[in-house]
Amino acid sequence: MPEHTPGAILEATGLRKTFGDFTAVDDVSLTLTPGASLAVVGESGSGKTTTARMIAGLEQPTTGTILLAGRQPPGPRARTTERRRFAQHVQMVFQDPYTSLDRHQRIGDSITEVLALHTDLRGSARTARMTELLEQVGLNPQQAISRPRSLSGGQRQRAAIARALAVQPRLLVLDEAVAALDVSVQAQILTLLQDIRRQTQVAYLFITHDLGVVPHIADEIVVMRQGRVVDRGTTTEVLDRSQHPYTRALIDSVPRRGWKPRRRPATPT
Amino acid sequence: MTGTHALLEVKNLHVTLTGDRRRRTVLHRVDLAIPAGAALGLVGESGSGKSLTARTVLGLLPQGARVEGEVRFDGRSLTAMAPAALRGIRSHEIAMVFQDPRAHINPVRTIGDFLTEGLVTTRGVRRAVAEARAAALLGEVGIADGARRLRQRPSELSGGLLQRVMIAAALLTEPRLLLADEPTTALDVTTQAEVMAIIDETRLQRGLAMLFITHDLALAAAVCDRIAVMYAGSVVEELPSGHLSDAEHPYTRALMASRPDLGGPGKKLTAIKGRPLSAFETGPGCAFAPRCPDARDTCTTQHPALLPAGSGQAACHFPHHPRAAAGAAERSTSDA
Ligand SMILES: Nc1ncnc2c1ncn2[C@@H]1O[C@H](COP(=O)(O)OP(=O)(O)O)[C@@H](O)[C@H]1O
Ligand SMILES: Nc1ncnc2c1ncn2[C@@H]1O[C@H](COP(=O)(O)OP(=O)(O)O)[C@@H](O)[C@H]1O
Ligand SMILES: [Mg+2]
Ligand SMILES: [Mg+2]
Repeated sequence: MPEHTPGAILEATGLRKTFGDFTAVDDVSLTLTPGASLAVVGESGSGKTTTARMIAGLEQPTTGTILLAGRQPPGPRARTTERRRFAQHVQMVFQDPYTSLDRHQRIGDSITEVLALHTDLRGSARTARMTELLEQVGLNPQQAISRPRSLSGGQRQRAAIARALAVQPRLLVLDEAVAALDVSVQAQILTLLQDIRRQTQVAYLFITHDLGVVPHIADEIVVMRQGRVVDRGTTTEVLDRSQHPYTRALIDSVPRRGWKPRRRPATPT
Repeated sequence: MTGTHALLEVKNLHVTLTGDRRRRTVLHRVDLAIPAGAALGLVGESGSGKSLTARTVLGLLPQGARVEGEVRFDGRSLTAMAPAALRGIRSHEIAMVFQDPRAHINPVRTIGDFLTEGLVTTRGVRRAVAEARAAALLGEVGIADGARRLRQRPSELSGGLLQRVMIAAALLTEPRLLLADEPTTALDVTTQAEVMAIIDETRLQRGLAMLFITHDLALAAAVCDRIAVMYAGSVVEELPSGHLSDAEHPYTRALMASRPDLGGPGKKLTAIKGRPLSAFETGPGCAFAPRCPDARDTCTTQHPALLPAGSGQAACHFPHHPRAAAGAAERSTSDA
């Protein structure tokens, strides 16, 4: 049994994942305390999603350990009740909200369904909680009867966040959750996520290829490249003082005032 | 050709489409001008009409579209042109790059076939010559092993590489105008920076004009001379890229404030409340009024026209220079 630091919500140690001969994630260790927010940043293919999926229990690490609130996640053959209990620790939000929302289901129903499965709420109490969740993510309770298709991309992502919050998870893993949105909608979702974190003490593992959004969502940064952690620190340390050339390249890629796009010196793609 | 006119001029463009049986306005009023060799960024949120504007320029609107106003290319009216002549312009003078390259390339054919086909079949260039030219162009867009890539299929290339192939394809016909519709939105930021650098460099070397469509003001400002901001089917502000920080229209300023930035921990992100209206939902007033922090009564009743303001034009009753004193004079307009 791996050692548990009291108070830690996530302790991932030495995570490694191989697909055949290929090592997608190599010796990644991450920790999070309640209400904290850690960004995992890197180019596409650097192993971010694989790391996220292992922590959310969607993928088994080849080696390494994961503790969520001091407990090991149930394996793929664990009993349903055990896996449900695990769901209350960690939930995931994806780039494409349709990964967690059913196209044909009204968004109110898709939240109520989660409440029925994971809580003791019944009848009007359950409906009241569903309404509260919609309001928490900035949706109008009247939109409970909307199907995902009739919502905008930003509204759909709000609905997916509401569904993830329904079980009151201690940790939310957000994998490129704002990547497909307009910058203006990104700002809305990032602001919403910051409010929710303050209100509920939920912790975030925020996966992104865009260092530009990190100061608006995370206190700490881990930089991944080719499956490995190459740089880490508090957001200010990494953004203002990192000397790591790869981190500098990621920072230099973010458009901002006075920015000019530049070709990178040849690196294998 | 020389003259006082811009290479591309879009004047008073109004477009309606039939969808769900009803006829709907998708573009209210779009005016744009791009001089030869210049780059204009067309910026706005999803659904504001950016792609439809580009499609109108190319004459590629869905069936049943009704177009009022005019699109002129090098002094010739595209809106009045016969389909065959328009096809000629489209294949020789105007090229387009889209957001999703995979949707615009045949997955079972090789990159080489894709790049040389037009040259070989419509221009009668010899195959070997066409291939040499394609490989050279791949080199120009930063693909070193061009000869090998020509034999590969789209599925063997990453999104960033494939987008460079699309840029090479666009350059192959030596066009004078490039329409780039969110060419980097599906790429990660490091790949985006490279693809944008390639577009910017090749454009400047060749003196190409460009209409660059994006939802990201900062990205547009980095590669364009001027910016046109769209909202709900209309251009609401037009200004030089370098003057974005003192934009006149509250919407442009709100877009700037909502851009995530590396401006240090003190930089706060200010989201724009609510959602953008579609062109067909707009009422008599300013389409941005329901979300505007500075809206007054006039804004909900009278439509603001695009008029000179600051260093460009703005469609706002109360444009204001952030550094100037508040309380700018009201600008009344006759067209409601
Ligand atoms: N199920 C899988 N089988 C084989 N290779 C995979 C699988 N999932 C991911 N990979 C590979 O692992 C690497 C890391 O992928 P991923 O974790 O998705 O990176 P990121 O999210 O940073 O883009 C990539 O090279 C990818 O092709
Ligand atoms: N083929 C079509 N039929 C009907 N409406 C359309 C069609 N294409 C686009 N629209 C509508 O026109 C508006 C503008 O679309 P578009 O130009 O694609 O916006 P943008 O590129 O700025 O995101 C949207 O409200 C969209 O729903
Ligand atoms: Mg990923
Ligand atoms: Mg578009």
